[in-house]
Amino acid sequence: MNALSPSPTKEKAGSAAPAPPLALLAELTHRCPLQCPYCSNPVELERSGAELDTATWKRVLEEAVGLGVLQVHFSGGEPTVRKDLVDLVRHAASLGCYTNLITSGVLLDGARLQDLYDAGLDHVQLSFQDTDIESAERIGNFKGAQARKLDLARQVRELGLPLTVNAVVNRHNLGRLEEMIELALKLGAERLEVAHVQYYGWALKNRASLLPTREQLDNATAIVTEARERLKGRLMIDYVIPDYYAKRPKSCMGGWGRQFLNISPAGKVLPCHAAESITGLEFDRVQDRSLADIWRNSPAFQAYRGTDWMPETCRTCDRREIDWGGCRCQAFALTGSADAVDPACGLSPHHAEIFELAEREAGAPPPPFVYRRIGGG
Amino acid sequence: MMSEDSGSVRPTVTEESVPRLPRHVKFRFDQARDAWVVLAPEKVFMPDEIAVEILKRCNGSTTLRDIIDDLAKTFEADRDTVASDVVVLLQDLADKGIITP
Repeated sequence: MNALSPSPTKEKAGSAAPAPPLALLAELTHRCPLQCPYCSNPVELERSGAELDTATWKRVLEEAVGLGVLQVHFSGGEPTVRKDLVDLVRHAASLGCYTNLITSGVLLDGARLQDLYDAGLDHVQLSFQDTDIESAERIGNFKGAQARKLDLARQVRELGLPLTVNAVVNRHNLGRLEEMIELALKLGAERLEVAHVQYYGWALKNRASLLPTREQLDNATAIVTEARERLKGRLMIDYVIPDYYAKRPKSCMGGWGRQFLNISPAGKVLPCHAAESITGLEFDRVQDRSLADIWRNSPAFQAYRGTDWMPETCRTCDRREIDWGGCRCQAFALTGSADAVDPACGLSPHHAEIFELAEREAGAPPPPFVYRRIGGG
Repeated sequence: MMSEDSGSVRPTVTEESVPRLPRHVKFRFDQARDAWVVLAPEKVFMPDEIAVEILKRCNGSTTLRDIIDDLAKTFEADRDTVASDVVVLLQDLADKGIITP
């Protein structure tokens, strides 16, 4: 019985109006007490003075729901630095959204968590940098973070709020992946996200410090495969592999401008959180145009939507509507052209050169981290 | 709630089960798409018509036995066929964390 199809996109090929987006990533701020060297925020971080105000975010949430957004992920930076977070969650929940808080957990106390719960928060996604305290706090560059995270996880479960443990994995913590799975179980999480670092922005700067060897990756994949089967119905494990070691690219964001939109702290509407790294694309702001207009018509969303933009290699590939050409940010970062075949694909002329270099880096001793800081890029 | 969620065995769906949607799952009608949707962490599912009828009955107070009886009667279908389809579907959803049996 094919009762649950994973994706509701019913758009017709080449049709003028794209299907409604499923989810909005609301990046409320780039401020964050942690400095993880693989942060998904752009290297050019926005300062607090540029952030959208409460009234604008509320309007944007209304527009998003009107457009068909079903889930709102409150993210950052660290979204709990925003004083109006509870207010924004309440507003999104009142509009019928599934509300998710993506947090490092180090600034959130029990009282505020209770307020978020009362406001209608549906789910908490809490990041862990490692199970080893010293390593975890070296990655985040924040002393005392681990104890606060563990404490928050306990309070989340005491409230009966659903919890996802988010583990970003890399060569420093992959050796303890089994401990991370045990931690997620011990904390009572419903879901564990084992996400290999994706190498753009800050993570690309730190690639030689972070990328695992192929052997480490294969071990991790075997551990996840075994745990998934063993923990069926108890712990959902989602697994994101680094496409550096894949033969074909990932379906980045489920395709550019097909399912997701991202709003930056300053109000830029992006097809993915890394899109600003593509210089030459102009992103519209929620202060200037309606969200529906931007989703349907803005040149940045149209640029790589569907299959018309694709180079010959992709356009004639039978996977073109499976991986949607992979990742445009990665193509830009590694080849200098966002129009190029994603070099993660074995069909890219750059594939062998780039990934052999990366694999050599992964086998060499890791250089020190370049920590994520405002003005630190 | 905690002991239930961190149980050490895979939850099994039987006709004695009293299935319900856990708090981390929302099942509702979406006006923009004119369709029922299942919302879970980082996931959106579009249930087909059969799944919608089953999920509507997973209210945390009706046994699966009664749900199957009701479905067989409502859709004038063979009870054994309905029963095996429904158990298979709900076990799959339980494995995905979408329902609690």
